[in-house]
Amino acid sequence: MNHVPAAIKTAKARLVVIGNGMAGMRTVEEILSRNPDKYDITVFGAEPRVNYNRIMLSPLLSGEKGFDEIVINTPEWYSENNIHLYSGDPVVSIDRNRKVVISKSGTETEYDRLLLATGSDPIIIPVPGHKLNGVVTFRDVDDVDTMLGAAAKGGPAVVIGGGLLGLEAAVGLQARGMNVTVLHLAGHVMERQLDPSAGYLLAQELERRGIKVITAADTGEIVGTENVTGVRLKDGTMIPADLVVMAVGIRPNGRLATDAGLTVERGIVVDDVMTTSDPAVFAVGECVQHRGQCYGLVAPLFEMAKSCADHLVEIETLGYAGSVTSTKLKVTGVDVFSAGDFSGGGDTEEIVFRDAGRGVYKRIVLEDGKIKGAVLYGDTSDGGWYFQLMKDGQDVTELRDTLAFGQAFAGGAAGNPLDAVAALPDDAEICGCNGICKGSIVSAITEKGLTTLDEVKGHTKASASCGSCSGLVENLLAATLGGDYQVAAVKPICTCTEHDHDSVRRLIVAKKLKSMPAVMQELEWASSDGCHVCRPALNYYLLAAWPNEYVDHGASRFINERVHANIQKDGTYSVIPRMWGGLTNPRELRAIADVADKFEIPTVKVTGGQRIDLLGVKKEDLPGVWADLNAAGMVSGHAYGKSLRTVKSCVGQEWCRFGTQMSLSMAVELEKMTWGSWMPHKFKMAVSGCPRNCAEATIKDFGVVATDGGWDLHVGGNGGIHVKATELLCKVTTDEEVMEYCGAFIQLYREEARYLERTAPWIERVGLKHVQDQMVDDAANRKALFDRFKVSQQKAQIDPWAERASQGVDAHEFTPLPMVAAE
Amino acid sequence: MTDILSWIDVGPVANIPRQGARTLQTETDRIAIFRTLDDQVYALLDRCPHKQGPLAQGIVHGHFVTCPLHNMVFSLETGEAQGPDDGCAAKVECKIVNGTVRVGLTELQAGLRHAG
Ligand SMILES: Cc1cc2nc3c(=O)[nH]c(=O)nc-3n(C[C@H](O)[C@H](O)[C@H](O)COP(=O)(O)OP(=O)(O)OC[C@H]3O[C@@H](n4cnc5c(N)ncnc54)[C@H](O)[C@@H]3O)c2cc1C
Ligand code: HEM
Ligand code: SF4
Ligand code: SF4
Ligand code: FES
Repeated sequence: MNHVPAAIKTAKARLVVIGNGMAGMRTVEEILSRNPDKYDITVFGAEPRVNYNRIMLSPLLSGEKGFDEIVINTPEWYSENNIHLYSGDPVVSIDRNRKVVISKSGTETEYDRLLLATGSDPIIIPVPGHKLNGVVTFRDVDDVDTMLGAAAKGGPAVVIGGGLLGLEAAVGLQARGMNVTVLHLAGHVMERQLDPSAGYLLAQELERRGIKVITAADTGEIVGTENVTGVRLKDGTMIPADLVVMAVGIRPNGRLATDAGLTVERGIVVDDVMTTSDPAVFAVGECVQHRGQCYGLVAPLFEMAKSCADHLVEIETLGYAGSVTSTKLKVTGVDVFSAGDFSGGGDTEEIVFRDAGRGVYKRIVLEDGKIKGAVLYGDTSDGGWYFQLMKDGQDVTELRDTLAFGQAFAGGAAGNPLDAVAALPDDAEICGCNGICKGSIVSAITEKGLTTLDEVKGHTKASASCGSCSGLVENLLAATLGGDYQVAAVKPICTCTEHDHDSVRRLIVAKKLKSMPAVMQELEWASSDGCHVCRPALNYYLLAAWPNEYVDHGASRFINERVHANIQKDGTYSVIPRMWGGLTNPRELRAIADVADKFEIPTVKVTGGQRIDLLGVKKEDLPGVWADLNAAGMVSGHAYGKSLRTVKSCVGQEWCRFGTQMSLSMAVELEKMTWGSWMPHKFKMAVSGCPRNCAEATIKDFGVVATDGGWDLHVGGNGGIHVKATELLCKVTTDEEVMEYCGAFIQLYREEARYLERTAPWIERVGLKHVQDQMVDDAANRKALFDRFKVSQQKAQIDPWAERASQGVDAHEFTPLPMVAAE
Repeated sequence: MTDILSWIDVGPVANIPRQGARTLQTETDRIAIFRTLDDQVYALLDRCPHKQGPLAQGIVHGHFVTCPLHNMVFSLETGEAQGPDDGCAAKVECKIVNGTVRVGLTELQAGLRHAG
C-alpha cells in the first residue's frame, strides 16, 4: 500500500472528498473562494474524468452539446488549485478510527476532514432480464456512450419511467434517430412534478414528436437471450426494443457511510452545517438526508455547498435550512415548470388559467394570500417570478386577479377579463379554427351593428367551428358594446366550467377529446380535477362518444355504479340479479334463497320492476353473493345504474287468454339486447301482450304494447314524483322492427340527452317530432343509430359482477385495509 | 387533535385507489382513508355528520369528498362541510411514512385496546 506523503508533511489540515461530482466540487470551489489556504485537498472520483455538469447529459445525448462544453472543472483547474485528483479510482472503505480512506487501487489517504459527495444510484427494477445487454440507466457519461452506441444503429428503444430523466432520455434518443416508446407506471407523465392537466399536454406534445407514451404501463419482463429484444408489460403487451433505458428514480448512495458506521436512513443524515454523525465527516449532495428530506436537483446541493464551506473554513453561518425546489424540463421547445406544493385543497385556493388555442395551462395554488405552488405548461416565462414570490412568502392578494397573466400585468389595470380582451392588440387571434383576429371581429360588431354571438358567428365565422373561443367573442362583444350586451344565459354544468352539457358533448366529439384531462384542458376547466357533478357527466359523455377507446373511470362514478349495488341508508347494499323479462325458474329461486340464508341477508323483496331484491348485504359480502348468483347463471341486474334497468312483461300470448303477441319472449329478447348499456339516466322498459297493458308499458321510457297486427311503441314515460304517460312514437308490425326501433331510440337518447336527464324531460325539450324525424321517418339514420348502439354494446355487455366476483376487478373496493402493524 | 394513542400501519399507499378510499375497522369505529389525485392521504371517520353516510364511498375530487347519500361535500383536510351546508366530519390523523400509510388512533377510536 502506498501512502500519500504530501498530505502528511504539510501543516495544513487535510480534506479528502469522495465523489468528483457536482456537489463535491461546488463545495470545494466555495471553500477555495473563502480561504484557498485552509486545506490540502484530495478528491476521489469513481468516474475516469474531470467534474462535468451532469444535468447537461441530456443535451449531450441529444447532440445539442459536446462533452467539452459540459466540463465544469478542467484538469488545469485541479492542478492550479493543488487538488490531488484520483479519477477512476473509487474509495472502497473508510476507517474512521485511523481517519483514512482506502481506494480501489489500494491507496490509503489520511484526512482531518472527510467530505462525502457520492451522489445517488439509479434504481434498477429487478424484473427478469434487467441484466441483459442493452439495458442501461441514465446517470453518467458512460451511460450516454452506451446509448449513443445503440442509437447509431437506429431501431426501437424503450424508456421505462416517464419522469424528468426518462423524458429527456426519450427526446434525446428520438433526436438520434431511434423509435422511442416511454412506459410510465402512473396515470400521467412526470406525475411528481406535474398535475394531470399539464401531464396531458406534455404527453400530447411528445406524441406529436413521434414518441409513444404508454401510461399505467407495468413492466413485467425485459425480453432477450443475450441482448435485449423487447419489453413485455404485465398485461401481456410486447414492445420491441434494442435499447432499454431505466429511468425510474434514484436512491441516495450511502453505502460507504453505512459501512463506516455513520447514521444513514434514506440518505446520510446531516445537520444544518452538513455534519454527519461523526464530527470529522461531512456530506453534501444527493447522498444526504437533511431534516428528513433527500434532494435530486442541483439548486439544493449548491445551497448545501455554501453552508458546508462556511463551516469548514470556520465562518459563522446560519446553516442550511432546506430548499424549496422548482423543476423545468430541458427539452427544446417544450416549456414545463413546476414549483412548491401544488396539490391544493383545504384552505388553499387555486387559480387555473387555460388557453386551449395556445396549449397553455397555468395553475397557481394560494394559501393565506401567498403562493404555495405552481404548475405551468406552454408558457413558463413567469415561472421564475412565481417561484420568487413563493420563496419570499409575499402576500399576493393585491395581484390575485391578474396573477395568471404574469408579471407584465402585475399591478396593471387589466383586472378583469373584459379589460384583458380590451387590452389585446387588433391582430390577436381569437378564433383559431378560422383564423379570425380581434380587429375583424370588433369592426364587424361596430360596422354591422352586431349584438349577439350568433350574429358574430354568422358574419365573421368566429367561434363557428369548434366554439371554444365563444367566451372570448362574448367578452369582445361586451367590451365593444359596453352595457348594451347581455351575455347569453348558458347554464354551466357546474362551477368547474363555463360550458353547458350540450357544448361539452359537442366539443368532445368535434375535438376528438378522449380522456378526462383532455376535456378539462381543451375546454378550459377552472378546477384541476373536476367535482362530483361534472366528473360523472364527463365519464358518461366520453364513454358514449368513444365506446371502443375510452376506459371507464371508476373514481368518477357514484358509489352504486362503482360497486354495482345500491347503497342503503345504513351503508349496506342491495343486490338485484337480472331476471330476463321478469322470468325466473326454480333453480334461480333456489340459488337466491340459498344466498339469502348463507349471507344472512335480512330482507328479500319483490321489486316494482319484477325482480327479487336482496336487501342489507354487507359490502365485504358482495363478491361472495355475486359469485353464488353467477354460479346459478344470474348476472347483475343493474338496478343501481344510470343504465338499462328492467324490462317488465306480462304473460302475454304465451299464457293469457287475451294476448295477441308473445310479450314474454319479446321482453326477454329486448332485455338481452339492451342490458349493460350506460345511459344518461336510468331507463326502464315494459312489454304488454295486448292493449290491456298489464305490464304498465305506458309509464316506461320505452314501452311496447301488442296490438292485433303488431306492436305500438311508446316513449318518454315515467313513474316518480311527476308521473308521466308515454307518447306514441309509432306502430310497427314485426318483432325485428321492435328490436331496431328500441336500439335506435336508446342510442338517440344516449347521444342527445344531458347527463341525468330522463327520456321524459329530454323529449319535452327536443319535441317528439324531432325524435320521430330522426328515427321513424329517416330509415337510414335509424339504422345508423342502431348500428352505433350495437357497437357500444359489444364492450358494455360484460357482467360486472363476474368481473368482481371471480376476476378480482376492483378488489380494493370490497375489503377493508388490514392493520399491518401498530406502534 | 387529541393525543394519538397509536399509529396503525395499514400498508402501502398503492393499496388505496387514486381519487378513492379504503376503510379501516377499529374496535369502535370505521375510518375512511382517502387518496387524492395528487397522492395525498387523509382520513375521516366513515360517518357523515348528516345521516351517517359512509364517506369512503363518495366521489373524491380535489381535496374533498362528496357523501354518497345526499351529496354534502367535505374538506378532507379539515372535515368541514363546504358551501351552504353546516357540519363537520370527524378528522383522523393520517400520514405517509416511507410509502406506507399510517393512521393515528386516539384513545376514543382505539377502543380499549391499548397498543404499545
Ligand atoms: C440526465 C440528468 C439530467 C439532470 N437534469 C437536471 C436538471 O435539469 N436540473 C437539476 O437541478 N438537476 C438535474 N439532474 C440532477 C443533478 O445532476 C444531480 O442532482 C447532481 O448531479 C447531484 O450532484 P451530486 O454531487 O450529489 O452527485 P453526482 O453529480 O452524481 O456526483 C457524485 C459522484 O460521486 C462519484 N462516486 C460515487 N461513489 C464514489 C466512491 N465510492 N468513490 C469515489 N467517487 C464516488 C460518482 O461516480 C459521481 O461522479 C440531472 C441528472 C441527470 C443524470
Ligand atoms: C281491461 C282491463 C284488464 C284486464 C281484462 C286484465 C286482465 C289480466 C289478466 C287476464 C292477467 C293475467 C293473469 C294471469 O293469468 O297471470 C292480468 C295480469 C296483470 N294485470 Fe291485468 N288486466 C287489465 C288491466 C290491467 C291494468 C290497468 C293493470 C295495471 C295498471 C293491470 C295489471 C296487471 C298486472 C300487474 C298483471 C300481472 C302481469 C304479470 O306479471 O304477468 N291489468 N291482467
Ligand atoms: S296485457 Fe293483455 S296479454 Fe298481457 S296479461 Fe294483460 S290481458 Fe293478458
Ligand atoms: S319511494 Fe323510492 S326513494 Fe322513496 S323511500 Fe321508497 S324506495 Fe326510497
Ligand atoms: S348522510 Fe352524508 S349527506 Fe346525508
